[in-house]
Amino acid sequence: MTSAESRFHPDRAARRLVGPIFGAACLAATCTGVLALVILLGAIVAAALQGPPHNPWYALGPNLRELAGLVQKLALGVQSSNPARAGYRVGLAGSLWLLGLVAVVGIPIGVGAGVFLEEYAPPGRLRRIVQTNIANLAGVPSIVYGILGLALFVRAFGVKAVALGPTLLAGVLTLSLLILPIVVITTQEALRAVPRSLRQAALALGATRWQMIRDHVLPSALPGIMTGTILGLSRAIGETAPLLMVGAAGSLLQAPKGPLDRYSALPVEIYNYAKEPDTRFQMVAAGGILILVALLLTMNAAAIVIRNRFRRYD
Amino acid sequence: MSGSRDKAADASSVHWPARPRYLGWIESGVALALFACALVTVLTTLGILIVLGAQSIAFFQTAGISPLAFLFGNSLKPDAKPPLFGILPLIWGTGMVAVGSSLVALPIGLLSAIYLSEYAPRQARSILKPMLELLAGVPTIVYGYLALLLVTPALRRMLEPMGLRVETFNALAACVVVGIMIIPLVSSLSEDVLSSVPRGLREAAYGLGATKFEVSTRVVLPAALSGVLASFILAISRAVGETMAVVLAAGMRPQITLNPLTSIETMTTYIVQVVSGEASYGTPKYLSLFAVGLSLFAATMVLNIISGLVLRRFREAYQ
Repeated sequence: MTSAESRFHPDRAARRLVGPIFGAACLAATCTGVLALVILLGAIVAAALQGPPHNPWYALGPNLRELAGLVQKLALGVQSSNPARAGYRVGLAGSLWLLGLVAVVGIPIGVGAGVFLEEYAPPGRLRRIVQTNIANLAGVPSIVYGILGLALFVRAFGVKAVALGPTLLAGVLTLSLLILPIVVITTQEALRAVPRSLRQAALALGATRWQMIRDHVLPSALPGIMTGTILGLSRAIGETAPLLMVGAAGSLLQAPKGPLDRYSALPVEIYNYAKEPDTRFQMVAAGGILILVALLLTMNAAAIVIRNRFRRYD
Repeated sequence: MSGSRDKAADASSVHWPARPRYLGWIESGVALALFACALVTVLTTLGILIVLGAQSIAFFQTAGISPLAFLFGNSLKPDAKPPLFGILPLIWGTGMVAVGSSLVALPIGLLSAIYLSEYAPRQARSILKPMLELLAGVPTIVYGYLALLLVTPALRRMLEPMGLRVETFNALAACVVVGIMIIPLVSSLSEDVLSSVPRGLREAAYGLGATKFEVSTRVVLPAALSGVLASFILAISRAVGETMAVVLAAGMRPQITLNPLTSIETMTTYIVQVVSGEASYGTPKYLSLFAVGLSLFAATMVLNIISGLVLRRFREAYQ
């Protein structure tokens, strides 16, 4: 009894000390991440405002007006070796083309695959394999999709007749494959949240499987699917590496007019300005990033609003 | 009352039309179309494997070197005569970025996860978690730009007075930005597994007189260890496959060095370099990008699969 007591050291003082210190360290770590986000956005705004008027940072009005002017100037200008005239019109147009065409090509395939796996595929080994495969595809580095696009769409293994070359369509197909896993996975999650009773009720009333899915399951799952769609599209908009691989040109003076034209994209043009040694281009790059980030934040905010507003079953 | 019963009797005598025949066609047509969509995902994987495999074989044949010499050769000079394709410097550079960014992201990510799951009040958590996740949504090109704009100058200001030379493109800046980029991968997934550790375990420990610190580090963390490990491996895999941040921050000099203040080259950077250099189709240099791509793909795939297996062990234990 006495020996057991002597082996028991409550060390209350030390334990009381360690606890809060650890808690504070955890809080500090979390704040580091959040702080990094704030610094990141702040630094870009600051870099975009490097130019002459030099308002103090707390002069919000003049700074905002200057930013708006800069964004407008950048949105209208084209690639130029003169930083005062350089802009992103071609890249912006290219990115919007990509956005629209990926929405038309990639999203239906992803949603369709999700519907098939959730509603049609019989459970079993085959479905499990396909499911694992999709999870693995989500972890493939984006540049590997670029390599795939380069060999398959741009060069078609050297078969000139079907090779697309560095055209918008090749970029669209590559990005569509890239976002496929995200769209499939979010679609499946949305479908899984639809209660079984809804399906059973529709089937009991004599609906066919497709009628049940079209009229009841898909409308209920739509908010979730839209969220996935927007997440996928915002991923596509921000990607640079795969587009470099499939030949989005950096220096192009003409916006594409159709899917078989050459194109550029906003992040690719940002990359080209960012790697210029001339520091005056840093302002241009920062402005481009602001446009890109604004576009992405709008899309993400839309996704969050849709998710919260139309959430039904979870 | 009787009126409604009459109606019901009427309804039973009504002849319901059979489903029109075209419905059957639509049914099978739709099923087929959806199947084709699902097939695309499988074909994508096959496409990646075939493209990387076939072109890598073509590379080893035209360049006339063995896969072993390719992986373990320590000098990479694709433009020399004869060209040298030893990608050990690229593997080294990739490893350096992976290790360096892990040193940044794993501790911060894990502590954030513990804070979010064990310490944070609900409201703080519902704000902080999405904010951390935003870090993962920022395009990687932005991180590369910030490495040049912010991190490298900051490193210069800190280290050059100590007599260290910091190159414009250096591995350390790349490690810092990639580390920040993968924090949310660690924090988000780890937070999920930490919160799914059963309450009973925590309550038992509190009942025995443990403090919050002891519950977090000696009960919850060990219970969730495999899930946390899975998130670590996933984050490392992302760092290995990261391209734009590294291209802009770490430069393009393939070398095996321990000095993080000099320029290095990763596998992803090499691939971008070959493509932007307009190497003509079918030359060994052009084909080498596929062999490097195959190595990269294999590395990330192995990491992802290990991560998935480890995570499954966690799920088997608690879910």
